[in-house]
Amino acid sequence: MKTKNQLAAAPWVFTVGFFLLWELVCRAFKISSFILPAPSTILLAVWEYRSQLTYHALHTLWMTFAGFGLAVGFGLLLGMLLGSSRLINAGSYPLLVGFNSIPKVAVVPILVFWFGVGWVPPVLTAFLISFFPIVVNVATGIATVEPEMEDVLRALGASKKDIVFKIGVPRAMPYFFGSLKVAITLAYVGSVIGEQNASNVGIGNLLTRASAAFEVPLVWAALVVLAVLGVIMYAITAYAERSMTGWAQRSQMAA
Amino acid sequence: MKPFVDIHDVTHVYARAEDGVPAVQNLTIRINEGEFAAIVGPSGCGKSTLMKLATGLQFPREGTVIVDGKEVGAPVKLAGMAFQNPTMLPWRTTVDNILLPLEIVEPHRSRLRKHKAEYVAKAEGLLEQVGLKGQGHKYPWQLSGGMQQRASLCRALIHEPKLLMLDEPFGALDSFTREELWCVMRDLHAARKVTIILVTHDLREAAFLADRVFCMSARPGHIVAEREVTFPRPRDLEITYTPEFSELVHELRGHIAQARKAA
Ligand SMILES: Nc1ncnc2c1ncn2[C@@H]1O[C@H](COP(=O)(O)OP(=O)(O)O)[C@@H](O)[C@H]1O
Ligand SMILES: [Mg+2]
Repeated sequence: MKTKNQLAAAPWVFTVGFFLLWELVCRAFKISSFILPAPSTILLAVWEYRSQLTYHALHTLWMTFAGFGLAVGFGLLLGMLLGSSRLINAGSYPLLVGFNSIPKVAVVPILVFWFGVGWVPPVLTAFLISFFPIVVNVATGIATVEPEMEDVLRALGASKKDIVFKIGVPRAMPYFFGSLKVAITLAYVGSVIGEQNASNVGIGNLLTRASAAFEVPLVWAALVVLAVLGVIMYAITAYAERSMTGWAQRSQMAA
Repeated sequence: MKPFVDIHDVTHVYARAEDGVPAVQNLTIRINEGEFAAIVGPSGCGKSTLMKLATGLQFPREGTVIVDGKEVGAPVKLAGMAFQNPTMLPWRTTVDNILLPLEIVEPHRSRLRKHKAEYVAKAEGLLEQVGLKGQGHKYPWQLSGGMQQRASLCRALIHEPKLLMLDEPFGALDSFTREELWCVMRDLHAARKVTIILVTHDLREAAFLADRVFCMSARPGHIVAEREVTFPRPRDLEITYTPEFSELVHELRGHIAQARKAA
Protein backbone atom coordinates (compact mmCIF):
# COMPACT_ATOMS: atom_id res chain seq x y z
CA MET A 1 0.00 0.00 0.00
CA LYS A 2 2.85 2.31 0.87
CA THR A 3 4.53 1.92 -2.49
CA LYS A 4 1.22 2.57 -4.23
CA ASN A 5 0.82 5.91 -2.46
CA GLN A 6 4.41 6.77 -3.25
CA LEU A 7 3.79 6.00 -6.90
CA ALA A 8 0.74 8.25 -6.94
CA ALA A 9 2.63 11.10 -5.26
CA ALA A 10 5.80 10.79 -7.33
CA PRO A 11 4.69 12.85 -10.37
CA TRP A 12 3.70 15.78 -8.14
CA VAL A 13 6.84 15.60 -6.04
CA PHE A 14 9.08 15.46 -9.09
CA THR A 15 7.31 18.33 -10.83
CA VAL A 16 7.34 20.62 -7.80
CA GLY A 17 10.96 19.66 -7.13
CA PHE A 18 11.93 20.52 -10.71
CA PHE A 19 10.49 24.01 -10.51
CA LEU A 20 11.95 24.61 -7.03
CA LEU A 21 15.37 23.64 -8.33
CA TRP A 22 14.94 25.93 -11.32
CA GLU A 23 13.92 28.82 -9.02
CA LEU A 24 16.90 28.18 -6.73
CA VAL A 25 19.38 28.05 -9.62
CA CYS A 26 18.04 31.31 -11.04
CA ARG A 27 18.31 33.06 -7.69
CA ALA A 28 21.62 31.57 -6.62
CA PHE A 29 23.42 32.51 -9.85
CA LYS A 30 21.44 35.71 -10.35
CA ILE A 31 20.57 34.68 -13.92
CA SER A 32 19.13 37.50 -15.98
CA SER A 33 15.44 37.00 -16.70
CA PHE A 34 16.29 37.78 -20.32
CA ILE A 35 18.27 34.51 -20.50
CA LEU A 36 16.24 32.31 -18.20
CA PRO A 37 13.42 33.72 -16.12
CA ALA A 38 12.69 32.06 -12.78
CA PRO A 39 9.39 30.16 -12.48
CA SER A 40 8.05 32.87 -10.19
CA THR A 41 8.69 35.48 -12.87
CA ILE A 42 7.00 33.31 -15.49
CA LEU A 43 4.03 32.73 -13.23
CA LEU A 44 3.65 36.46 -12.78
CA ALA A 45 3.75 36.89 -16.54
CA VAL A 46 1.10 34.21 -16.99
CA TRP A 47 -1.13 36.12 -14.61
CA GLU A 48 -0.39 39.46 -16.24
CA TYR A 49 -1.19 38.22 -19.75
CA ARG A 50 -3.95 35.84 -18.68
CA SER A 51 -6.74 37.15 -20.92
CA GLN A 52 -4.50 37.24 -23.99
CA LEU A 53 -3.13 33.76 -23.21
CA THR A 54 -6.59 32.29 -22.65
CA TYR A 55 -7.87 33.69 -25.91
CA HIS A 56 -4.99 32.30 -27.94
CA ALA A 57 -4.82 29.00 -26.06
CA LEU A 58 -8.50 28.32 -26.76
CA HIS A 59 -7.89 28.96 -30.42
CA THR A 60 -4.94 26.56 -30.41
CA LEU A 61 -6.97 23.89 -28.62
CA TRP A 62 -9.69 24.25 -31.18
CA MET A 63 -7.20 23.88 -34.07
CA THR A 64 -5.65 20.87 -32.35
CA PHE A 65 -8.95 19.07 -31.81
CA ALA A 66 -10.09 19.74 -35.35
CA GLY A 67 -6.86 18.35 -36.79
CA PHE A 68 -6.85 15.47 -34.34
CA GLY A 69 -10.46 14.59 -35.19
CA LEU A 70 -9.60 14.49 -38.88
CA ALA A 71 -6.58 12.32 -38.11
CA VAL A 72 -8.66 9.87 -36.05
CA GLY A 73 -11.28 9.46 -38.78
CA PHE A 74 -8.79 9.21 -41.61
CA GLY A 75 -6.36 7.09 -39.58
CA LEU A 76 -9.04 4.56 -38.67
CA LEU A 77 -10.22 4.22 -42.25
CA LEU A 78 -6.76 3.95 -43.78
CA GLY A 79 -5.58 1.66 -40.98
CA MET A 80 -8.51 -0.68 -41.59
CA LEU A 81 -7.76 -0.70 -45.31
CA LEU A 82 -4.04 -1.39 -44.81
CA GLY A 83 -4.70 -3.97 -42.11
CA SER A 84 -7.11 -5.98 -44.21
CA SER A 85 -5.19 -6.06 -47.48
CA ARG A 86 -1.61 -7.24 -47.61
CA LEU A 87 -1.34 -5.91 -51.17
CA ILE A 88 -2.45 -2.37 -50.34
CA ASN A 89 -0.27 -2.47 -47.24
CA ALA A 90 2.85 -3.50 -49.10
CA GLY A 91 2.16 -1.06 -51.92
CA SER A 92 1.47 2.04 -49.89
CA TYR A 93 3.93 1.64 -47.03
CA PRO A 94 6.92 3.32 -48.71
CA LEU A 95 4.69 6.24 -49.70
CA LEU A 96 3.39 6.59 -46.16
CA VAL A 97 6.80 6.39 -44.56
CA GLY A 98 8.22 8.84 -47.06
CA PHE A 99 5.40 11.27 -46.44
CA ASN A 100 5.76 10.92 -42.70
CA SER A 101 9.47 11.73 -42.94
CA ILE A 102 8.85 15.19 -44.43
CA PRO A 103 9.16 17.82 -41.68
CA LYS A 104 5.70 19.34 -41.56
CA VAL A 105 7.13 22.86 -41.08
CA ALA A 106 8.17 22.57 -44.70
CA VAL A 107 4.60 21.81 -45.74
CA VAL A 108 3.06 24.88 -44.12
CA PRO A 109 4.14 27.28 -46.92
CA ILE A 110 2.41 25.03 -49.42
CA LEU A 111 -0.73 25.08 -47.32
CA VAL A 112 -0.52 28.87 -47.31
CA PHE A 113 -0.26 28.92 -51.13
CA TRP A 114 -3.37 26.79 -51.28
CA PHE A 115 -5.55 28.12 -48.50
CA GLY A 116 -4.02 31.46 -47.46
CA VAL A 117 -3.36 32.53 -43.89
CA GLY A 118 -6.10 31.51 -41.46
CA TRP A 119 -7.44 28.51 -39.62
CA VAL A 120 -6.97 25.95 -42.40
CA PRO A 121 -3.15 25.62 -42.33
CA PRO A 122 -2.93 24.93 -38.55
CA VAL A 123 -5.74 22.36 -38.71
CA LEU A 124 -4.22 20.62 -41.70
CA THR A 125 -0.74 20.67 -40.20
CA ALA A 126 -2.13 19.10 -37.03
CA PHE A 127 -3.88 16.49 -39.14
CA LEU A 128 -0.91 15.70 -41.38
CA ILE A 129 1.51 15.30 -38.52
CA SER A 130 -0.71 13.09 -36.36
CA PHE A 131 -2.50 10.55 -38.57
CA PHE A 132 0.51 8.32 -39.20
CA PRO A 133 0.77 6.62 -35.77
CA ILE A 134 -2.98 5.95 -35.84
CA VAL A 135 -2.78 4.30 -39.27
CA VAL A 136 0.19 2.15 -38.32
CA ASN A 137 -1.33 1.00 -35.04
CA VAL A 138 -4.78 0.19 -36.40
CA ALA A 139 -3.24 -1.65 -39.35
CA THR A 140 -0.97 -3.65 -37.05
CA GLY A 141 -3.85 -4.63 -34.76
CA ILE A 142 -5.90 -5.89 -37.69
CA ALA A 143 -3.07 -7.58 -39.57
CA THR A 144 -1.94 -9.59 -36.55
CA VAL A 145 -5.18 -11.54 -35.99
CA GLU A 146 -4.20 -15.09 -35.01
CA PRO A 147 -4.30 -17.35 -38.08
CA GLU A 148 -6.21 -20.02 -36.12
CA MET A 149 -8.94 -17.51 -35.28
CA GLU A 150 -9.16 -16.60 -38.93
CA ASP A 151 -9.36 -20.30 -39.88
CA VAL A 152 -12.21 -20.90 -37.42
CA LEU A 153 -14.28 -18.22 -39.09
CA ARG A 154 -13.22 -18.84 -42.67
CA ALA A 155 -14.15 -22.52 -42.36
CA LEU A 156 -17.66 -21.27 -41.57
CA GLY A 157 -17.73 -19.25 -44.74
CA ALA A 158 -16.90 -15.86 -43.21
CA SER A 159 -15.95 -13.12 -45.65
CA LYS A 160 -12.89 -10.91 -45.27
CA LYS A 161 -15.24 -8.16 -44.14
CA ASP A 162 -16.72 -10.36 -41.39
CA ILE A 163 -13.25 -11.15 -40.10
CA VAL A 164 -12.08 -7.54 -40.15
CA PHE A 165 -15.15 -6.20 -38.36
CA LYS A 166 -15.75 -9.03 -35.89
CA ILE A 167 -12.14 -9.65 -34.91
CA GLY A 168 -9.71 -7.25 -36.52
CA VAL A 169 -11.28 -3.96 -35.48
CA PRO A 170 -12.07 -4.83 -31.83
CA ARG A 171 -8.65 -6.40 -31.56
CA ALA A 172 -7.05 -3.22 -32.91
CA MET A 173 -8.77 -0.99 -30.34
CA PRO A 174 -6.01 -1.16 -27.69
CA TYR A 175 -3.48 -0.28 -30.40
CA PHE A 176 -5.75 2.51 -31.60
CA PHE A 177 -6.26 4.06 -28.18
CA GLY A 178 -2.56 3.68 -27.45
CA SER A 179 -1.75 5.61 -30.60
CA LEU A 180 -4.14 8.45 -29.62
CA LYS A 181 -1.77 9.47 -26.84
CA VAL A 182 0.98 9.96 -29.37
CA ALA A 183 -1.32 11.47 -31.97
CA ILE A 184 -2.80 14.16 -29.71
CA THR A 185 0.63 15.47 -28.73
CA LEU A 186 1.70 15.47 -32.36
CA ALA A 187 -1.47 17.25 -33.44
CA TYR A 188 -0.80 19.88 -30.81
CA VAL A 189 2.73 20.44 -32.08
CA GLY A 190 1.31 20.60 -35.59
CA SER A 191 -1.28 23.24 -34.82
CA VAL A 192 1.31 25.41 -33.04
CA ILE A 193 3.68 25.13 -36.00
CA GLY A 194 0.83 26.02 -38.33
CA GLU A 195 -0.12 29.04 -36.24
CA GLN A 196 3.45 30.25 -36.02
CA ASN A 197 3.71 30.43 -39.78
CA ALA A 198 0.25 30.90 -41.13
CA SER A 199 -2.22 32.34 -38.66
CA ASN A 200 -3.05 35.58 -36.92
CA VAL A 201 -4.28 33.96 -33.72
CA GLY A 202 -3.29 31.06 -31.47
CA ILE A 203 -0.44 30.42 -29.07
CA GLY A 204 1.88 29.72 -31.98
CA ASN A 205 1.20 33.13 -33.47
CA LEU A 206 1.53 34.76 -30.04
CA LEU A 207 4.95 33.09 -29.67
CA THR A 208 6.10 34.43 -33.03
CA ARG A 209 5.00 37.96 -32.19
CA ALA A 210 6.33 37.92 -28.63
CA SER A 211 9.75 36.69 -29.67
CA ALA A 212 9.97 39.24 -32.50
CA ALA A 213 9.27 41.96 -29.91
CA PHE A 214 11.72 40.43 -27.38
CA GLU A 215 8.95 40.05 -24.82
CA VAL A 216 10.83 37.26 -23.09
CA PRO A 217 8.47 36.70 -20.10
CA LEU A 218 5.50 36.42 -22.46
CA VAL A 219 7.37 33.84 -24.58
CA TRP A 220 8.05 31.78 -21.48
CA ALA A 221 4.51 32.19 -20.21
CA ALA A 222 3.20 30.93 -23.57
CA LEU A 223 5.52 27.94 -23.39
CA VAL A 224 4.31 27.04 -19.91
CA VAL A 225 0.70 27.27 -21.00
CA LEU A 226 1.52 24.99 -23.94
CA ALA A 227 3.16 22.45 -21.67
CA VAL A 228 0.30 22.39 -19.18
CA LEU A 229 -2.33 21.98 -21.89
CA GLY A 230 -0.23 19.25 -23.47
CA VAL A 231 -0.15 17.29 -20.24
CA ILE A 232 -3.92 17.67 -19.80
CA MET A 233 -4.68 16.44 -23.32
CA TYR A 234 -2.34 13.51 -22.91
CA ALA A 235 -4.01 12.62 -19.61
CA ILE A 236 -7.46 12.70 -21.22
CA THR A 237 -6.45 10.30 -24.01
CA ALA A 238 -4.63 8.04 -21.55
CA TYR A 239 -7.80 7.91 -19.45
CA ALA A 240 -9.88 7.11 -22.54
CA GLU A 241 -7.46 4.31 -23.38
CA ARG A 242 -7.78 2.75 -19.92
CA SER A 243 -11.54 2.97 -19.75
CA MET A 244 -12.20 1.74 -23.29
CA THR A 245 -9.90 -1.26 -23.45
CA GLY A 246 -9.60 -2.60 -19.94
CA TRP A 247 -9.81 -6.16 -21.25
CA ALA A 248 -6.48 -5.73 -23.01
CA GLN A 249 -4.72 -4.89 -19.78
CA ARG A 250 -6.31 -7.71 -17.84
CA SER A 251 -5.89 -10.41 -20.45
CA GLN A 252 -2.41 -11.46 -21.42
CA MET A 253 -2.76 -9.91 -24.82
CA ALA A 254 -0.16 -7.16 -24.89
CA ALA A 255 -1.41 -4.00 -26.48
CA MET B 1 -21.26 -46.89 -46.76
CA LYS B 2 -20.38 -43.66 -48.54
CA PRO B 3 -17.45 -41.80 -47.01
CA PHE B 4 -18.20 -38.36 -45.54
CA VAL B 5 -14.72 -37.01 -46.10
CA ASP B 6 -13.00 -38.45 -49.16
CA ILE B 7 -9.51 -37.20 -49.90
CA HIS B 8 -8.24 -38.91 -53.00
CA ASP B 9 -4.62 -38.91 -54.16
CA VAL B 10 -4.06 -35.32 -53.09
CA THR B 11 -0.77 -33.47 -53.45
CA HIS B 12 -0.57 -30.00 -51.96
CA VAL B 13 2.18 -27.41 -52.18
CA TYR B 14 1.78 -24.17 -50.22
CA ALA B 15 2.04 -21.09 -52.39
CA ARG B 16 4.49 -19.68 -49.90
CA ALA B 17 6.61 -22.81 -49.44
CA GLU B 18 10.16 -21.68 -50.13
CA ASP B 19 11.56 -25.04 -51.21
CA GLY B 20 8.50 -26.04 -53.25
CA VAL B 21 8.37 -29.41 -51.47
CA PRO B 22 4.77 -30.62 -51.12
CA ALA B 23 3.29 -30.61 -47.61
CA VAL B 24 1.32 -33.75 -48.47
CA GLN B 25 1.77 -36.08 -51.43
CA ASN B 26 -0.54 -38.80 -52.81
CA LEU B 27 -2.63 -38.52 -49.68
CA THR B 28 -5.69 -40.73 -49.70
CA ILE B 29 -8.01 -41.04 -46.73
CA ARG B 30 -11.70 -41.88 -46.36
CA ILE B 31 -13.65 -41.10 -43.24
CA ASN B 32 -17.19 -42.33 -42.77
CA GLU B 33 -20.13 -40.35 -41.54
CA GLY B 34 -20.32 -40.25 -37.76
CA GLU B 35 -16.88 -41.76 -37.42
CA PHE B 36 -14.28 -40.61 -34.91
CA ALA B 37 -10.98 -40.61 -36.81
CA ALA B 38 -7.62 -39.83 -35.29
CA ILE B 39 -4.58 -38.81 -37.30
CA VAL B 40 -1.15 -39.21 -35.79
CA GLY B 41 2.23 -38.50 -37.30
CA PRO B 42 5.56 -36.79 -36.74
CA SER B 43 5.63 -33.03 -36.40
CA GLY B 44 5.48 -31.11 -39.68
CA CYS B 45 4.17 -34.08 -41.66
CA GLY B 46 1.10 -32.25 -42.92
CA LYS B 47 -1.60 -33.06 -40.37
CA SER B 48 -2.80 -29.48 -40.15
CA THR B 49 -2.61 -29.30 -43.92
CA LEU B 50 -4.99 -32.26 -44.12
CA MET B 51 -7.39 -30.31 -41.86
CA LYS B 52 -7.19 -27.26 -44.09
CA LEU B 53 -7.79 -29.36 -47.20
CA ALA B 54 -10.82 -31.06 -45.70
CA THR B 55 -12.39 -27.75 -44.63
CA GLY B 56 -11.66 -25.93 -47.87
CA LEU B 57 -9.20 -23.47 -46.39
CA GLN B 58 -6.63 -24.75 -48.90
CA PHE B 59 -7.22 -26.32 -52.30
CA PRO B 60 -5.12 -29.22 -53.55
CA ARG B 61 -2.78 -28.85 -56.48
CA GLU B 62 -3.60 -32.39 -57.55
CA GLY B 63 -6.29 -34.85 -56.56
CA THR B 64 -9.80 -34.34 -55.24
CA VAL B 65 -11.33 -33.54 -51.88
CA ILE B 66 -14.98 -34.51 -51.48
CA VAL B 67 -16.87 -33.63 -48.33
CA ASP B 68 -20.50 -34.61 -47.81
CA GLY B 69 -20.79 -35.70 -51.44
CA LYS B 70 -19.59 -32.39 -52.90
CA GLU B 71 -16.18 -31.53 -54.26
CA VAL B 72 -14.63 -28.82 -52.09
CA GLY B 73 -14.07 -25.57 -53.96
CA ALA B 74 -14.63 -23.09 -51.14
CA PRO B 75 -14.67 -23.20 -47.32
CA VAL B 76 -17.15 -25.96 -46.49
CA LYS B 77 -19.33 -23.96 -44.04
CA LEU B 78 -20.32 -27.07 -42.10
CA ALA B 79 -17.18 -27.54 -40.05
CA GLY B 80 -16.39 -26.62 -36.50
CA MET B 81 -12.75 -26.25 -35.55
CA ALA B 82 -10.70 -26.19 -32.35
CA PHE B 83 -6.96 -25.78 -32.01
CA GLN B 84 -4.28 -26.17 -29.39
CA ASN B 85 -4.57 -22.44 -28.82
CA PRO B 86 -8.16 -21.81 -27.63
CA THR B 87 -8.23 -18.41 -29.44
CA MET B 88 -11.01 -16.95 -27.32
CA LEU B 89 -11.61 -13.25 -27.98
CA PRO B 90 -10.68 -11.42 -24.76
CA TRP B 91 -13.22 -8.62 -25.22
CA ARG B 92 -16.18 -11.03 -25.35
CA THR B 93 -17.62 -13.04 -22.50
CA THR B 94 -17.41 -16.80 -22.79
CA VAL B 95 -21.01 -17.08 -23.98
CA ASP B 96 -20.49 -14.37 -26.59
CA ASN B 97 -17.37 -16.17 -27.75
CA ILE B 98 -19.34 -19.36 -28.15
CA LEU B 99 -22.04 -17.56 -30.12
CA LEU B 100 -19.49 -16.14 -32.58
CA PRO B 101 -19.97 -18.82 -35.30
CA LEU B 102 -23.69 -18.06 -35.31
CA GLU B 103 -22.88 -14.52 -36.37
CA ILE B 104 -21.39 -16.02 -39.53
CA VAL B 105 -23.42 -19.12 -40.46
CA GLU B 106 -26.87 -18.92 -41.99
CA PRO B 107 -29.67 -19.35 -41.02
CA HIS B 108 -28.52 -18.35 -37.53
CA ARG B 109 -26.86 -15.19 -38.73
CA SER B 110 -30.14 -13.51 -39.59
CA ARG B 111 -32.05 -15.04 -36.65
CA LEU B 112 -29.51 -14.35 -33.91
CA ARG B 113 -30.62 -10.87 -32.96
CA LYS B 114 -34.29 -11.76 -32.56
CA HIS B 115 -33.80 -15.16 -30.94
CA LYS B 116 -30.83 -14.29 -28.77
CA ALA B 117 -32.26 -15.87 -25.61
CA GLU B 118 -32.81 -19.20 -27.34
CA TYR B 119 -29.21 -19.27 -28.58
CA VAL B 120 -27.80 -18.22 -25.22
CA ALA B 121 -29.71 -21.09 -23.62
CA LYS B 122 -28.19 -23.43 -26.16
CA ALA B 123 -24.69 -22.15 -25.42
CA GLU B 124 -25.30 -22.62 -21.73
CA GLY B 125 -26.49 -26.16 -22.35
CA LEU B 126 -23.22 -26.87 -24.15
CA LEU B 127 -21.23 -25.29 -21.34
CA GLU B 128 -22.96 -27.63 -18.92
CA GLN B 129 -22.06 -30.63 -21.11
CA VAL B 130 -18.38 -29.74 -21.00
CA GLY B 131 -18.43 -29.06 -17.25
CA LEU B 132 -18.53 -25.27 -17.31
CA LYS B 133 -22.03 -24.77 -15.95
CA GLY B 134 -22.74 -21.15 -15.03
CA GLN B 135 -19.36 -19.84 -16.17
CA GLY B 136 -20.65 -18.23 -19.36
CA HIS B 137 -20.65 -14.66 -18.07
CA LYS B 138 -16.93 -14.77 -17.35
CA TYR B 139 -14.30 -13.40 -19.68
CA PRO B 140 -11.88 -15.93 -21.18
CA TRP B 141 -8.96 -14.48 -19.25
CA GLN B 142 -10.80 -15.33 -16.05
CA LEU B 143 -10.74 -19.02 -17.04
CA SER B 144 -7.88 -21.51 -16.80
CA GLY B 145 -6.32 -22.99 -19.93
CA GLY B 146 -8.37 -26.18 -19.63
CA MET B 147 -11.58 -24.23 -19.14
CA GLN B 148 -10.82 -22.07 -22.16
CA GLN B 149 -10.27 -25.22 -24.19
CA ARG B 150 -13.66 -26.54 -23.08
CA ALA B 151 -15.26 -23.27 -24.11
CA SER B 152 -13.47 -23.51 -27.44
CA LEU B 153 -15.07 -26.95 -27.96
CA CYS B 154 -18.47 -25.38 -27.31
CA ARG B 155 -17.73 -22.72 -29.90
CA ALA B 156 -16.83 -25.44 -32.40
CA LEU B 157 -20.15 -27.21 -31.75
CA ILE B 158 -22.68 -24.40 -31.33
CA HIS B 159 -23.81 -24.35 -34.96
CA GLU B 160 -24.23 -28.14 -34.94
CA PRO B 161 -21.55 -28.84 -37.53
CA LYS B 162 -21.57 -32.14 -39.37
CA LEU B 163 -17.80 -32.17 -39.23
CA LEU B 164 -15.65 -31.39 -36.21
CA MET B 165 -11.96 -30.72 -36.74
CA LEU B 166 -9.69 -30.88 -33.73
CA ASP B 167 -6.06 -29.95 -34.30
CA GLU B 168 -4.06 -31.05 -31.25
CA PRO B 169 -6.71 -29.50 -29.01
CA PHE B 170 -5.35 -30.88 -25.77
CA GLY B 171 -1.65 -30.49 -26.56
CA ALA B 172 -1.03 -27.64 -24.15
CA LEU B 173 -2.87 -29.11 -21.15
CA ASP B 174 -1.60 -31.07 -18.16
CA SER B 175 -2.28 -34.79 -18.26
CA PHE B 176 -5.14 -34.78 -15.70
CA THR B 177 -7.03 -32.05 -17.50
CA ARG B 178 -6.32 -33.79 -20.77
CA GLU B 179 -7.86 -37.07 -19.61
CA GLU B 180 -10.90 -35.20 -18.31
CA LEU B 181 -11.33 -33.62 -21.69
CA TRP B 182 -10.99 -36.99 -23.42
CA CYS B 183 -14.09 -38.04 -21.54
CA VAL B 184 -15.84 -34.80 -22.47
CA MET B 185 -15.00 -35.45 -26.11
CA ARG B 186 -16.13 -39.08 -25.87
CA ASP B 187 -19.50 -38.02 -24.45
CA LEU B 188 -20.00 -35.23 -26.97
CA HIS B 189 -19.36 -37.67 -29.80
CA ALA B 190 -21.76 -40.20 -28.30
CA ALA B 191 -24.47 -37.56 -27.83
CA ARG B 192 -24.54 -36.23 -31.40
CA LYS B 193 -23.96 -37.74 -34.80
CA VAL B 194 -20.96 -35.72 -35.77
CA THR B 195 -17.95 -36.83 -37.80
CA ILE B 196 -14.78 -36.00 -35.91
CA ILE B 197 -11.23 -35.74 -37.20
CA LEU B 198 -8.75 -35.44 -34.37
CA VAL B 199 -5.12 -34.60 -35.05
CA THR B 200 -2.86 -35.49 -32.18
CA HIS B 201 0.63 -36.59 -31.32
CA ASP B 202 -0.60 -38.38 -28.21
CA LEU B 203 -1.02 -42.04 -29.20
CA ARG B 204 -2.99 -42.90 -26.05
CA GLU B 205 -5.41 -40.11 -26.85
CA ALA B 206 -5.88 -41.45 -30.37
CA ALA B 207 -6.35 -45.03 -29.14
CA PHE B 208 -8.82 -44.06 -26.42
CA LEU B 209 -11.05 -41.81 -28.51
CA ALA B 210 -10.97 -43.01 -32.10
CA ASP B 211 -12.78 -45.61 -34.15
CA ARG B 212 -9.87 -45.62 -36.55
CA VAL B 213 -6.33 -44.30 -36.23
CA PHE B 214 -4.39 -43.16 -39.30
CA CYS B 215 -0.61 -42.86 -39.19
CA MET B 216 1.06 -40.34 -41.46
CA SER B 217 4.58 -40.44 -42.88
CA ALA B 218 7.09 -37.63 -42.49
CA ARG B 219 6.88 -34.75 -44.97
CA PRO B 220 5.63 -34.97 -47.66
CA GLY B 221 2.85 -36.64 -45.73
CA HIS B 222 0.64 -39.53 -46.74
CA ILE B 223 -1.12 -42.28 -44.84
CA VAL B 224 1.20 -45.20 -44.06
CA ALA B 225 -0.99 -47.23 -41.75
CA GLU B 226 -4.60 -47.48 -40.71
CA ARG B 227 -5.75 -49.26 -37.59
CA GLU B 228 -9.29 -50.04 -36.49
CA VAL B 229 -9.87 -49.59 -32.75
CA THR B 230 -12.40 -52.12 -31.60
CA PHE B 231 -12.77 -51.40 -27.89
CA PRO B 232 -16.51 -51.31 -27.20
CA ARG B 233 -18.17 -47.97 -26.43
CA PRO B 234 -18.77 -46.31 -24.09
CA ARG B 235 -15.13 -46.61 -23.12
CA ASP B 236 -13.94 -46.04 -19.61
CA LEU B 237 -10.60 -44.41 -18.81
CA GLU B 238 -9.72 -47.69 -17.09
CA ILE B 239 -9.26 -49.38 -20.47
CA THR B 240 -6.14 -47.32 -20.99
CA TYR B 241 -4.48 -49.51 -18.34
CA THR B 242 -5.35 -52.83 -19.99
CA PRO B 243 -2.69 -54.87 -21.81
CA GLU B 244 -4.74 -54.75 -25.06
CA PHE B 245 -4.61 -50.96 -24.94
CA SER B 246 -0.87 -50.90 -24.32
CA GLU B 247 -0.38 -53.30 -27.16
CA LEU B 248 -2.33 -51.04 -29.53
CA VAL B 249 -0.37 -47.96 -28.45
CA HIS B 250 2.83 -49.90 -28.89
CA GLU B 251 1.85 -50.93 -32.39
CA LEU B 252 1.00 -47.32 -33.34
CA ARG B 253 4.30 -46.24 -31.93
CA GLY B 254 6.03 -48.70 -34.22
CA HIS B 255 4.36 -47.14 -37.29
CA ILE B 256 5.39 -43.64 -36.26
CA ALA B 257 8.97 -44.71 -35.56
CA GLN B 258 9.14 -46.28 -39.00
CA ALA B 259 7.64 -43.18 -40.61
CA ARG B 260 10.28 -41.02 -38.96
CA LYS B 261 13.11 -43.32 -39.94
CA ALA B 262 11.95 -43.30 -43.57
CA ALA B 263 12.35 -39.53 -43.68
N1 LIG C 1 1.09 -21.48 -44.75
C1 LIG C 1 2.15 -22.24 -45.07
N2 LIG C 1 3.01 -21.84 -46.04
C2 LIG C 1 4.08 -22.60 -46.39
N3 LIG C 1 4.38 -23.77 -45.82
C3 LIG C 1 3.57 -24.25 -44.87
C4 LIG C 1 2.41 -23.52 -44.44
N4 LIG C 1 1.79 -24.23 -43.46
C5 LIG C 1 2.53 -25.34 -43.30
N5 LIG C 1 3.58 -25.38 -44.14
C6 LIG C 1 4.57 -26.46 -44.25
O1 LIG C 1 3.91 -27.64 -44.59
C7 LIG C 1 4.38 -28.74 -43.83
C8 LIG C 1 3.25 -29.41 -43.08
O2 LIG C 1 2.74 -28.50 -42.12
P1 LIG C 1 1.57 -28.86 -41.13
O3 LIG C 1 0.44 -29.40 -41.92
O4 LIG C 1 1.30 -27.66 -40.31
O5 LIG C 1 2.23 -29.99 -40.23
P2 LIG C 1 1.74 -30.65 -38.87
O6 LIG C 1 0.44 -30.06 -38.50
O7 LIG C 1 1.66 -32.12 -39.16
O8 LIG C 1 2.81 -30.39 -37.86
C9 LIG C 1 5.44 -28.18 -42.87
O9 LIG C 1 6.70 -28.54 -43.37
C10 LIG C 1 5.25 -26.69 -42.92
O10 LIG C 1 6.48 -26.04 -42.85
MG1 LIG D 1 -0.09 -28.84 -36.91
